[in-house]
Parts: sequence; C-alpha cells; structure tokens
Amino acid sequence: MKSIEDLKKIREETLKNINLRKEDNDHAVRVVVGMATCGIAAGARPVLAACLEEVRVRNLADVAVTQTGCIGVCRLEPIVEVFTPGQEKVTYVKMTPEKARRVIAEHVVNRQVVSEYTIGAAE
Amino acid sequence: MKELSLHILDIAMNSVKAGASLIEITLTEAGGVLTVTVRDDGAGMTPEFLATVTDPFTTTRTTRKVGLGIPLLKLAAEQTGGTFAIESAPGAGTTVTTAFHTGHMDNPPLGDIAGSVMSLIQGSPDIDVVYTHSAPAGEASLDTRVLREALGGIPLESPDVLLWIQQTIEEEERSFQP
Repeated sequence: MKSIEDLKKIREETLKNINLRKEDNDHAVRVVVGMATCGIAAGARPVLAACLEEVRVRNLADVAVTQTGCIGVCRLEPIVEVFTPGQEKVTYVKMTPEKARRVIAEHVVNRQVVSEYTIGAAE
Repeated sequence: MKELSLHILDIAMNSVKAGASLIEITLTEAGGVLTVTVRDDGAGMTPEFLATVTDPFTTTRTTRKVGLGIPLLKLAAEQTGGTFAIESAPGAGTTVTTAFHTGHMDNPPLGDIAGSVMSLIQGSPDIDVVYTHSAPAGEASLDTRVLREALGGIPLESPDVLLWIQQTIEEEERSFQP
C-alpha cells in the first residue's frame, strides 16, 4: 500500500539528483499538450500521461511537459506542441498515447521531427 | 466525453482559469446517486454571467464564441435523470454540483479519475487540490497540502511524485470499487 512515507523517500532521492539537473536548464525542450474542453474530449489526458511517463522513464530531466488551453484547431485535437530552443515550434495533431511516445523518442530525444504526425502533413 | 472523470477534469480547469488557490473535488455515492461537487475559491462570477453559463454560446474565450464544458456536464447529468446546479458570486468562488443516477443506462463510467486528478495537479502545481470519493464500501482521498508538507519543497509536478499520486488514488479506488 502507498503511503506518505514514500513521498519522504522520493524527497531524499530528488534532493540527491537536484544538482545534476540544474545545469542543463538552458537546453530545455518544452512539450505542451492542449487541455481545453476540445482536447480533453478528444483524448488529451492519456496523451499527456504518455508524455509524462516517457519523460519519467527516460529520465529526461531537461524536458518540461506543460499544459495549455485551446490551441485553436479543435478538430485536430489532441494537439501536442514541441518547442526546442533555436528552432521553430512543431505542432503535432490527432495525437494518441502511442504517437506521443514516438514523438518523445524521435523528436525530443533524437531531434528528428516525426513529419507524418505534424499539422503540415494533416492539412 | 465518455468518462465522468474527463468532465471533472474539464470543469476543474475552469477553477484554474478563475485563479483558484484551492479546488475541492468531492464524489459521494449513496442510494444509487453519485453526487459530484467541484468547489473553488477563485474569482467567481457575476449574477449576469452565471445566468448564461449553461448556454453553449457563453464563454470567457475571445477567440470564438462557444464554451461547451459546462453545457456538456449538465447534459450528461440530466440524461441520467440527475441534476445540475452552479453557485457563484464575485470574490466568493464557484461551486458546481451534479447528481448522476448510477443505475441509469446513460450514466457515464467514472473512468480514470486518478489520471484526472494527477493531470490537474501536473498542470497547476501551485494550486491545492483536495480529492475525496466516498462510497458505502470505502473512501479514497488525497490532499496536496499534506503532500506538500511531506515533500518539503520538492515540487508536486516531479515525475516520481505524479506517479505516486496516480498510483495512490488508483489503489484506494480499487479497494472499494466492485
């Protein structure tokens, strides 16, 4: 059974690693998931969960997963945007948890845009 | 929306937008009725806005003229023969209360409520969230204020903390769900 004691262990583990993480913040990649009514209804919650899980499992300390409201193309939700410093934003549309895992692996980790999932390919 | 937990996440997002510092999500099951309350201490609404808030053509958005979250939740509750109510005043926050008849064929499943609560906390880690689900067979609950105290400065949105939140609620829910 889970308990508050687990959180204290997480705290100790996190404090051990915290100095390693700070230095990489300049290179941070941001993964933004649209979580307005349109996104949620289309399946954004499991997409967000998949992004978070990949980032956790791969220990991607310099990747931030955040949420935003309606991006403006509701019919293409769930939408995930990837912001890489010095590069143009990439918008992925009609996302699923499986597609999100591939975007994390290929785009966020290996810096190769998954062209077939982008808004440009969909339109 | 196929799951009640998605409606709950969607409605709680309104509380985030309203600048709440505390969001309370309370589910109470008794006598075949599930009552869902989302209460916040955010900005609240004027009587004029409140009167039109269940209209799909009312929204705070400026990019277009539809807002579907509240109307969809109201419809989902009323389709089960249940009820919808919203109370709000400027400066006094907002409380949305819906009742679902769980035996009705149109009653949506609760779904991944742990995922909804985790997503809410992940997206707004500065807001406190209190989740309580009580049923005749047991109770699940989570209070981010207690978590914060145990974590002593480690952010709630840390990956390991989010996983703990998700798994803790899942475990507690499973302990009394059929």
